[in-house]
Amino acid sequence: MLVGILALQGDFFAHASALDDLSVDVRFIRCPSDLDGIEGLVIPGGESTAMSLLIQSSGLYAPLMGLLNSGLPVLATCAGVIILSGEIVDGRDDQISFGMLDLSIKRNGYGRQLQSFETDIMLSTGGFHAIFIRAPRILKAGSDVEVLAAIEGVAGHDGADVVMCRQGSILACTFHPELTPDRSIHSMFVDQMKRRK
Amino acid sequence: MVDMTDDLTNDHLTGTFQVKRGLAEMLKGGVIMDVVTSEHAKIAEDAGAVAVMALERVPADIRAQGGVARMSDPALIMEIEEAVTIPVMAKARIGHFAEAQILQSIGVDYIDESEVLTPADRENHIDKWKFDVPFVCGATNLGEALRRISEGAALIRSKGEAGTGNIVEAVYHLRSIVGDIKKLASADHAELYAWAKSLGAPYELVRMVADTGWLPVPLFCAGGIATPADASLVRQLGAESIFVGSGIFKSDNPSERARAIVEACVHYDDAGLVGRVSKGLGEAMRGLDDTSYGARLAERGW
Repeated sequence: MLVGILALQGDFFAHASALDDLSVDVRFIRCPSDLDGIEGLVIPGGESTAMSLLIQSSGLYAPLMGLLNSGLPVLATCAGVIILSGEIVDGRDDQISFGMLDLSIKRNGYGRQLQSFETDIMLSTGGFHAIFIRAPRILKAGSDVEVLAAIEGVAGHDGADVVMCRQGSILACTFHPELTPDRSIHSMFVDQMKRRK
Repeated sequence: MVDMTDDLTNDHLTGTFQVKRGLAEMLKGGVIMDVVTSEHAKIAEDAGAVAVMALERVPADIRAQGGVARMSDPALIMEIEEAVTIPVMAKARIGHFAEAQILQSIGVDYIDESEVLTPADRENHIDKWKFDVPFVCGATNLGEALRRISEGAALIRSKGEAGTGNIVEAVYHLRSIVGDIKKLASADHAELYAWAKSLGAPYELVRMVADTGWLPVPLFCAGGIATPADASLVRQLGAESIFVGSGIFKSDNPSERARAIVEACVHYDDAGLVGRVSKGLGEAMRGLDDTSYGARLAERGW
């Protein structure tokens, strides 16, 4: 199995090392020809504005859109979720979106770096320690979005926030499973790829 | 694998080393640009910068004008925070923890305890563990890098020689740090104690570098980057991201040069692409050759 990791900017090495722990082959994606033959795609964390610009200048926008529409399994974390969301709040006007996730998402939705936090969340597979870095906040999720985890009790925010969800073949986390040693979320993604084969 | 199901809590912890280091991870492969106005900050963001460093004078001007260089006016930093959506960094003087406290209070995303400013303490750097905001510190060699990490730095940048537009010192520092990491990784375990002694760094951190083959935090490069080719060079030498100070806004065409350096930083191993983006950028910053630096800023800090 070969997973492509979008490697224009951000913590793509951390994803590579997570997938390496699961003995999955990876390839860094920096130009369209890198996409040939990949069976899954990771869109990592980073700065969504910079990534957006680089996706366009590298000629990756159209081929990625094609792959997303074909149902390629995707794991998106943090900035990756922003890039896939239908509505971006507080983005830049020229920021691209693939519109694959029926989410309204707010960039830096919990505040600046001083508000970055870590906390324990509950998945169907058990507890998971989640790291949120200047994380986007999901304001609204459409009815086709399956909620996999939510958090409560963030200072200044009422109610529960969706932090992990699935829509179609896309698994999305507003936190960074690649930064902690627990591989259960990457395993979920790999299982999804196996099921598709 | 640690089973965490038994001690799940609803606590949200801020200011941990994980979240400090985490932001540095997100900046990898990107360019952090020095800006002195909110207009500069917008140009930097438009060009694809992953963060900006807000300051009153770029290093080339600090070098030329002399005098004591201090933390920037908080009003300027806050204006820049308002102007862009990417992370904003700001500089405090070496050892000046009161400046750092102020920068934390106005919500900067990273503090650079920087040799570009005039040091405030001859003996001690800031105790960075006491802060919730993450710190980046400069280093000329592996020992210095590990001392800064032991004080709580979550990101290291090789120092180079700021404000010169001359890459020679950055290359020297980067080769020194990466070279010693490689030597440590192949050292016999019994040799690590002598390494710790000669580096002047804690044994535990020396051991960590030997075991993992890398620093426990990301390694970026600063000080003298002026062209897309410079960006490609230091990335190939092991820098995970770059800081560009005077090199952009002291050039003829800041916007296009900034954009080109961003592309070169990402596609650093594609010489054809780096060549294409290098075309027609106009005059780079004039710069200083290494016989005309005067004082070396890199010698500040220890």
